Amino acid sequence: MEGDIVQMGALIGAGLACTGMGGAAIGVGNVVGNYLSGALRNPSAAAGQTATLFIGIAFAEALGIFSFLVALLLMFAV
Amino acid sequence: MSDDAKAEGGGLEFHPMDQFIIEPLFGNGPIAWYTPTNTTLWMGLAIVCVFLMFVMGTKGRAIIPSRSQSVAELGYGFIYKMVEDITGKDGLKYFPYIMTLFLFIVFSNFLGLVPTAFTPTSHIAVTGVMALGVFFAVTILGFVKNGFGFLSLFWVSAAPLPIRPVLALIEIISYFARPISHSIRLAGNMMAGHAVIKVFAGFAAILAISPLSILAVTAMYGLEVLVSFIQAYVFTILTCVYLKDALHPHH
Repeated sequence: MEGDIVQMGALIGAGLACTGMGGAAIGVGNVVGNYLSGALRNPSAAAGQTATLFIGIAFAEALGIFSFLVALLLMFAV
Repeated sequence: MSDDAKAEGGGLEFHPMDQFIIEPLFGNGPIAWYTPTNTTLWMGLAIVCVFLMFVMGTKGRAIIPSRSQSVAELGYGFIYKMVEDITGKDGLKYFPYIMTLFLFIVFSNFLGLVPTAFTPTSHIAVTGVMALGVFFAVTILGFVKNGFGFLSLFWVSAAPLPIRPVLALIEIISYFARPISHSIRLAGNMMAGHAVIKVFAGFAAILAISPLSILAVTAMYGLEVLVSFIQAYVFTILTCVYLKDALHPHH
């Protein structure tokens, strides 16, 4: 486990970057939860909004994937 | 990293990211642009599967469809309706492009789930080319269809006048971030899922938690089947949204 301080910093940074994925998890949960509460109030309108649901999930999730990517870059590319 | 783990002796036998290494199919020579690699093989297999399902499967053109024909018809109708719903009637001209993207991604993702397989879509090089293709196609199409009126996409006429320049700046930045997020979303999801399965599989070597690990691998695999389809769907649905912006740039 010998390494220089730069590698240590990179690994700590990678761990810190992964906390960003928690934010994405909250965001995706928020999107789906709100969709579900709306869909249960008016089930007839729910089917038309699934495309919007997936677009919302995709946008919320993209930022979590970015933080995951930063972690990977710190571990393998820096 | 993997050398460290091997040197310790007690760590993982394999590295979770080793499955994404690109190797030449024949020999161990250097990889040039023309070298057939495992990426080439699995991309080719994906295209063969698309061909089998959509050309051979629907060859009978039966009134009462066979099993493969009804699956093919279902997939065709699903994407056709999505394009029609999001981009409108005038977007249907670009349906073949979107259908091609969807089929290639969905078959690459599903074939990547076969154990010991390689997932081409887990590489940003592959998804980046697809996302840049969509980006350039959509931008050029926007300028061809609307002329300089396409720039009204960045000028939000619904907002009050003083904040429109600020919004324009944000819109332009988000427009150029599109190919980045578009490609990284697919590649990141596929890579993360496969890496997580590999990490849980690594824990199976420890006797005390191996039943839990096998259960976790099974559950993650089920999730990955879902994610494979959803990410292909999301990639195509975003392509449709970008196409709609190009055809109708007015807010």
